[in-house]
Amino acid sequence: MDILTISLVISAIHLGVPIILPMLGGLVSERSGVMNIGLEGMMLGGALAAVAVTFITGNPWLGLLGAIVSGLLSGLILAILTVTLRGNQVVASTAINLIGAGITAALVPIIWGVDGTSPSVPKIPSMTIPGLSDLPVVGPLFSSLTAMDYGTFVLAIVVWWVLFRTDAGLRIRAVGESAESADAAGIAVVRTRFIAVMTSGAFAALGGAYLSIVTLDVFQASMTQGRGYLALAALVFGKWRVWPALAACIVFGLADAFALRSQIVGIGIPHELLLALPYVLALVALATFVGRTSAPAGVGKPFVRA
Amino acid sequence: MRSAAVRLVDISKSYGDVWANKDISLTVEEASIHGLLGENGAGKSTLMKILFGMVSPDSGLLEVNGQPAAFRSSADALEHGIGMVQQHFSLIGTFTVAENLILGRGSQSFGGRWVKRLDLKAAAQRTRELSDRFGFGIDPFALCHDLSVGARQKVEILKALWGGATTLVLDEPTAALSPPEAEELYEVLERLRREGTTVILISHKLPEVMRLCDRVTVLRDGAVVGDREIALAARRPGGQRAAMEADLVQLMIGRERPVVSQRAPRDLPPVLSIRELSDGKRIDGLDLTVNGGEILAIVGVEGNGQSELVELLIGQRKRISGAVELDGTDITALSTKQRFDKGLAHIAEDRHASAIADSMSLTDNASFGFIDGAPFAPTPFWLSRRLRSRFAALLVARQNVRASSPDALIESLSGGNQQKLVVARELARAPRLMIAAQPTRGLDIASTTAVHEALLALRDRGSAVLLLSLDLTEVFTVADRIAVIRGGRIVGESPIATADATQIGQWMSGAASKEPV
Ligand SMILES: Nc1ncnc2c1ncn2[C@@H]1O[C@H](COP(=O)(O)OP(=O)(O)OP(=O)(O)O)[C@@H](O)[C@H]1O
Ligand SMILES: [Mg+2]
Repeated sequence: MDILTISLVISAIHLGVPIILPMLGGLVSERSGVMNIGLEGMMLGGALAAVAVTFITGNPWLGLLGAIVSGLLSGLILAILTVTLRGNQVVASTAINLIGAGITAALVPIIWGVDGTSPSVPKIPSMTIPGLSDLPVVGPLFSSLTAMDYGTFVLAIVVWWVLFRTDAGLRIRAVGESAESADAAGIAVVRTRFIAVMTSGAFAALGGAYLSIVTLDVFQASMTQGRGYLALAALVFGKWRVWPALAACIVFGLADAFALRSQIVGIGIPHELLLALPYVLALVALATFVGRTSAPAGVGKPFVRA
Repeated sequence: MRSAAVRLVDISKSYGDVWANKDISLTVEEASIHGLLGENGAGKSTLMKILFGMVSPDSGLLEVNGQPAAFRSSADALEHGIGMVQQHFSLIGTFTVAENLILGRGSQSFGGRWVKRLDLKAAAQRTRELSDRFGFGIDPFALCHDLSVGARQKVEILKALWGGATTLVLDEPTAALSPPEAEELYEVLERLRREGTTVILISHKLPEVMRLCDRVTVLRDGAVVGDREIALAARRPGGQRAAMEADLVQLMIGRERPVVSQRAPRDLPPVLSIRELSDGKRIDGLDLTVNGGEILAIVGVEGNGQSELVELLIGQRKRISGAVELDGTDITALSTKQRFDKGLAHIAEDRHASAIADSMSLTDNASFGFIDGAPFAPTPFWLSRRLRSRFAALLVARQNVRASSPDALIESLSGGNQQKLVVARELARAPRLMIAAQPTRGLDIASTTAVHEALLALRDRGSAVLLLSLDLTEVFTVADRIAVIRGGRIVGESPIATADATQIGQWMSGAASKEPV
């Protein structure tokens, strides 16, 4: 029973957070009516920016800031493509994915002169919370999480609060349900969507940075391994609501953690199969839920005023 | 003369080669009800969207309360005290009434709206007050897509008034209302006028225009063709009113009101017979027969199973028990497509939801429902573009649909012209049974007559027509027989010649259920 210990919970969190962050980004964007399949590409951008800035400054916190800037930029590009130029949202955000994967891979040799993997940089340190970390059983939890793990859950609360409790959230959701109605109610549709899509980029980039300067201390080409898509699956699973989608992310994280542990412990199932578990779950989620989801009604529809 | 609440000067707006508005000038007096009349596509909605900041004019000036104004969005217009109820609903279905009302008006500061809790309790309280003031009885926490059409219309009005609008624009507000609901609305408008609100009313219904308006402006092909004061004496039914109405019709369509042709009774075997039909929810043991060569009108208070009956007939709703026969064959096991092949046609109640695809072209919309057969598909793998265009052109000509081109997106057509296309398409099926739900919703006088003529022509060919209408005038104009639906069953039937309005009213409200029929 060694496999079901507190360390499994810890690694589930470690593996869940880089799905939660892009999920929150996708949520904000899609609630405003812009489909963002580009989370994966935005994550890669964030992961690289975080390592590059940390490499130059030696400070991983500045690296995080760099990731946010890169995310805002990629969000800005997507917003210009889909909101201003009214391009097809699926095509535009897929382009972000392709460009994100291509550019980040190409930049590694340009910056560091090596192929594939960057040199290692300082990581965001984990925090030990005095008192709590001495508790039996749950103690290790409070000595192995970083500020970013806590921050992610705080961010989820913030996103929930803003989207579902404030005026700004009502506006964002209105724009996502029906841009025409929102326009008639005097809401600035274009501005709202820009804000939402750029925020989405920043969140996704933070998810990427988590992988590169929290989980690891290097950037590797394609290191996100489809987590951006898992985040999208979680959104569908959670019906575009914060807590159910977050729960889905944790389940994906848990599945991932389980697969990794089983590799060490050995439970008789080929571990390649287990590694595919989160993706299989996502597939099942998409296949079973897609028909009767409650996606925001305006997703995918560009807004044009006569 | 009182001062002008709103003045529009030389407003022009073109879409491609179509002039939606051409040098339109309009002055609306304060605390009056000003009617805006004109055929479908005359440019009424466009003009009002310009006033509301939703459409920017190519040229022209706006004045509000004597001050020049330029609106870049409806937010600007709202700030100047102008509220508008759009031609089609602009409520968000997944939001509650209170959320819809407070939308866009929650907080003034940009920063504050991101952190402060939106006070929905206060909004609900305000909704209740406003709703009580007009006797609407709206539940602030109801989701908008659960509301009846009438209730939604009321919410739209509350929304326009929410910010304290002093000028209220209503674009065909009664098109989807039943007569009693419309009556309530008239009283609200009269009351608003008394309290000093200026109202601009777009309508195709002359009786309501005559009853409410102080003044009317008539548009034709994007230009003003006339302006009339409605004298008090013309407000009440009588001689002067008829003359005034005739005058307005003349202005609107350039000729006299067309009359619906006379008809002779037919006696043919049943086309549609429904026995003990139930869906386990809203339809509860419904019996009904429609004969060939007959137009049967179903009337009733909205929400008594009308929509469900239609869905059952066209195969979009699951039947629990009962039989539906078309020309003697049971169709309950057939799919929607098979039913259409058997001779059913359907003019949908809500065209945006189930009759047209907003962002496809007129030609595409014209060929919906004909995809895998004649007239444009020689094989199932090929649709002839040429034949489809020709077909679309035919429909356009038949119902006089006005559009800039056959490739125009259907959403760029005026509401009435969209409806005309749907009607033409369904008529083109040459159906045995036409299910026409609110077929003249939003149509102008001439087009309404054209649709009535088309339904009568079907009848004269021996087909049956099932008409669902909220408009009793329409029912009495075309129907041969009238059936009243309540609680999912038919509670009374009468030939139109001997139909008695009081009796029908009692059937509709249920007051007559104890009396022998
Ligand atoms: N967005 C648009 N793009 C292209 N043409 C348009 C657009 N909006 C309106 N039009 C055209 O402008 C003309 C006037 O349309 P408008 O909607 O103002 O008519 P309306 O008087 O309100 O008619 P209805 O009684 O049918 O509602 C029509 O010919 C219509 O096709
Ligand atoms: Mg209109």
